[in-house]
Amino acid sequence: MNAGTLVVTGAVLGLGAGIAGVALPHRSRVTGAAVLLWGACALEGVAAVHVLATGHAVVLHSSTILPLTGVEVMLSPLGAFFVLLVALVAVPATLHGIGYARHGLASRTAACVFPIFVTSLLLVPTAGSVATFMVLWELMALTSLLLVLVGHGRRAEARSAASWYAVLTQGGAALILIAWLVLAAHSGGQSFAAMGHHARHLAPAVRGLVFVLALIGFGSKAGVVPFHVWLPKAHPEAPSPVSALMSGAMVALGVYGIVLVGDALLGGGPVWWWLAVLALGAVSALFGSLHAASSTDVKRLLAYSTTDNVGLALLALGASGLFAATRHPVLASLGLVATLVLMLNHAAVKGALFLAAGSVQMATGSSDLDRLGGLLRRMPQTGALFLVAAAAITGLPPLNGFIGEWLLFQSLLHGAATGNTATDVAVPLAVAALALTAGLTVVAFVKAVGIGFLGRPRSQGADEAVEVPVTMRLAVGLLVAVCVVFGVVPALELPAVERAVRTAVPGVGSALLAHGVDVQLVGLRGVLAPTELAGAMAVAVVGVMVLRRSLSRRPTARVVDAWGCGRQLQTARMQYTATSFAEPVQRVFDDVLRPVQDLDVTHVAESRYVIEAVTFHNAVDDAIERGLYRPVVRVVRRCGQAARALQPGSVHRYLGYGLGALVIVLAALAMIG
Amino acid sequence: MVGAGISSAVQVAVVAVGGPVLLGVMRKVRCRLEGRVGAPVLQPLVDIRKLFRKERLRPDQATWIFALAPVVLVSTVAVAAAVTPLVTTHPAFGAGSDLFVLVYLLLVGSTILALAGMDAGTAFGGMGSSRAVTIGALAEPALLVSILALSATAHSSNLAAIVRATLAGPGSVATPQRLFALGSLLIVIVAESGRLPVDNPATHLELTMVHEAMVLEYAGPDLAVVTVGEAMRLTLLLGIFVNLVAPWGVATTTHAADIAVGVASLAAKVALLGVALSVFEVSTAKVRLFRIPELLAGAFVLALLGVVSGLVVK
Repeated sequence: MNAGTLVVTGAVLGLGAGIAGVALPHRSRVTGAAVLLWGACALEGVAAVHVLATGHAVVLHSSTILPLTGVEVMLSPLGAFFVLLVALVAVPATLHGIGYARHGLASRTAACVFPIFVTSLLLVPTAGSVATFMVLWELMALTSLLLVLVGHGRRAEARSAASWYAVLTQGGAALILIAWLVLAAHSGGQSFAAMGHHARHLAPAVRGLVFVLALIGFGSKAGVVPFHVWLPKAHPEAPSPVSALMSGAMVALGVYGIVLVGDALLGGGPVWWWLAVLALGAVSALFGSLHAASSTDVKRLLAYSTTDNVGLALLALGASGLFAATRHPVLASLGLVATLVLMLNHAAVKGALFLAAGSVQMATGSSDLDRLGGLLRRMPQTGALFLVAAAAITGLPPLNGFIGEWLLFQSLLHGAATGNTATDVAVPLAVAALALTAGLTVVAFVKAVGIGFLGRPRSQGADEAVEVPVTMRLAVGLLVAVCVVFGVVPALELPAVERAVRTAVPGVGSALLAHGVDVQLVGLRGVLAPTELAGAMAVAVVGVMVLRRSLSRRPTARVVDAWGCGRQLQTARMQYTATSFAEPVQRVFDDVLRPVQDLDVTHVAESRYVIEAVTFHNAVDDAIERGLYRPVVRVVRRCGQAARALQPGSVHRYLGYGLGALVIVLAALAMIG
Repeated sequence: MVGAGISSAVQVAVVAVGGPVLLGVMRKVRCRLEGRVGAPVLQPLVDIRKLFRKERLRPDQATWIFALAPVVLVSTVAVAAAVTPLVTTHPAFGAGSDLFVLVYLLLVGSTILALAGMDAGTAFGGMGSSRAVTIGALAEPALLVSILALSATAHSSNLAAIVRATLAGPGSVATPQRLFALGSLLIVIVAESGRLPVDNPATHLELTMVHEAMVLEYAGPDLAVVTVGEAMRLTLLLGIFVNLVAPWGVATTTHAADIAVGVASLAAKVALLGVALSVFEVSTAKVRLFRIPELLAGAFVLALLGVVSGLVVK
């Protein structure tokens, strides 16, 4: 079977999984669809590996499937990398979905739509023309929208979340479509191959327009500030496997779109493009990490953390573009490698975290950190996996998050003094943004683990939680294993990344990273020895443990009441909560976060010196949502209210409208004629 | 390679033993300046021995994180001490002494300690963890930007390479770029190791505690390990700092004599800086928690000035 057949068979299997979801009886529905879906992932994955190994794109064409335009498939190495990324999240997410099914994925609609969503995710990076791309892109948007709505019967918030998501994603799709149309109109064809030929010779104004439209359009899918507002609304509502896919894989496809248009098709551009990407990335990273640090719902926290991670990837992409524009191909290549590594690692980590959060939600009935606690004792395996994934997203060595941040830092470090004023000013600020983001991520995830999994349970649900079924633990475990393996031996993931960068994006420097076990930058002074580092850490931990045991006179610990500075009684309510944990950060950054605080003191009727009750309300809303979107929503709503006057229900009035419209059209025609 | 391995082992031993002694020296200086006699310089070592003889206790709500955290703290500092050019410019795995790697390695220890603070489910533990991670987050920009400034001479963030480049061209020590960056780094080191004016290691008032609140539940051998870890971390950070300011005396070969000179010069330089810090600590008070961001923002501006002056003065 050649690679083209694999791609097609995979697509057919994926759609077959959708049909199985409708056709199979209730009990075997989810499992049957999952098995077919794994087949699809495997076939697409093999095709992708083949493309990465040979470096040759797979091209297919069919003029019969889609009327008028036909379907064009072009699986380039860059696309193949993203296919693998999607498959990496999709396989465990589907496995997790089997155990999670009774929480929203077992209905006939969901069992049908979920496989189609996964299939569209797998196929978007294989699209080779505008029409094919947009059909798959819209299929992905619509299916994910339906999946966000799965719980709408139980929660009214799901409907509101879906509206926000629908508006932002369709607005983005419209801009992407305009960008494609402008590009297609100027390159005499809608296939990406033709565009790649012509796009480089277009007028700078046209190229700039296309890039800006694509940046905004794909940025809204990637969850970049200020288009991120749908993420913290949609993720808490969607079933966890869907969240994992949306946040791990779908968001990465937004970044894929920007790389595809900016680098692969337009072949890079002037400095201002990339400064815009850099600024967008820095703002997203800071804003996302700040909100993650102050969120109290674990899924909302993870959603903001996605904005933060996409921000870092765009920071790397912007730096890469800047270096390319100022003719530093090696640095440009390093930046692009960092972008892809950051996205791949994010897919594994965020997939694991969302799936684990889903397990927690299933076991306790809540995703609010202030109602959790003590889960590491009650769900030891899920808890430990969440802990490792949290360490990975914080960028702690020897896990995969660290590799991406190291690559990003190295590309910035070596680009710090290139002599170009724009880069010289931008790079230190980018480093500062990276640093503050990293620090705030520590706050966010120490909070998530410390409040959610340690200490005493804060609710009955958390107290009575039991470990989830083995398939769900296995799903999270697979992704966490990927985090560990890619962190200890990054030489396993870097060749694929490097190939995707080198063959798919013309103009960037050649061989960049020499691989043994170490990561070495070629042409730059930078070495990382993650395997040795991990080994040294393991040896040191064991050594110190042995030392502590041999030095202690009585090495086994006696279990006692917590001391707590001599308190007689410790209750769960005495512990720090997620809100109080984030209070210092919230107070330091109150200009950005704009928390809404409300203190209400009720006095006893007899004397105002005696207080009857105190209520304190503290909420951190999204300042961008409040300042940017709410006014627009208000205006739209007011226009809608005003327009209701036009619809009084009178048939005569409607006939009158028809007549009026006809007269206006005829008059216009007469004038043109 | 054998020589490098031995010198790395020497470095770890120096930091492990020297750390508590440095604490003793700093306390002694402080006491003398305040007109007290003070405990003997070796008192911290005696205290640690005493703690190891006590029984190990574990709060009933605590998990394995509580027992693991002190070990990870000491291990990460030990690994960092092994790869850093403290005594020799050619430690084992010298390629690993990337400043960025060191920062993240130390972050592992502080992160798990913050988690351990919340493990027992008490109010003060959470309070300490929350404050510690907030201060850590705010110190991060100054830290990484000063690393950026320091890396300029050697075109590498590898600490061994920077120290070697400084030894080869001593003129690079006094550039404005270097001075600004080192000033920023010193503030960050003070903040990260929980010294005055950011945190008072000798405080007995829980409400003002940062680091001490986090480790309140530790007792006996575990407390001893935490204490050693903290002392080692302070020594390591000061050791890195003095070798960036004045790397002279660091062994460039693996001969025993050179290494002995390296150990002696490191001890002298770190002790000098420790004494200077104690003198400063006597003359200052702890700042309010919500004034710390201003201090760290100042450090960030210094680091940024370092980078900018590097571009201007070239």
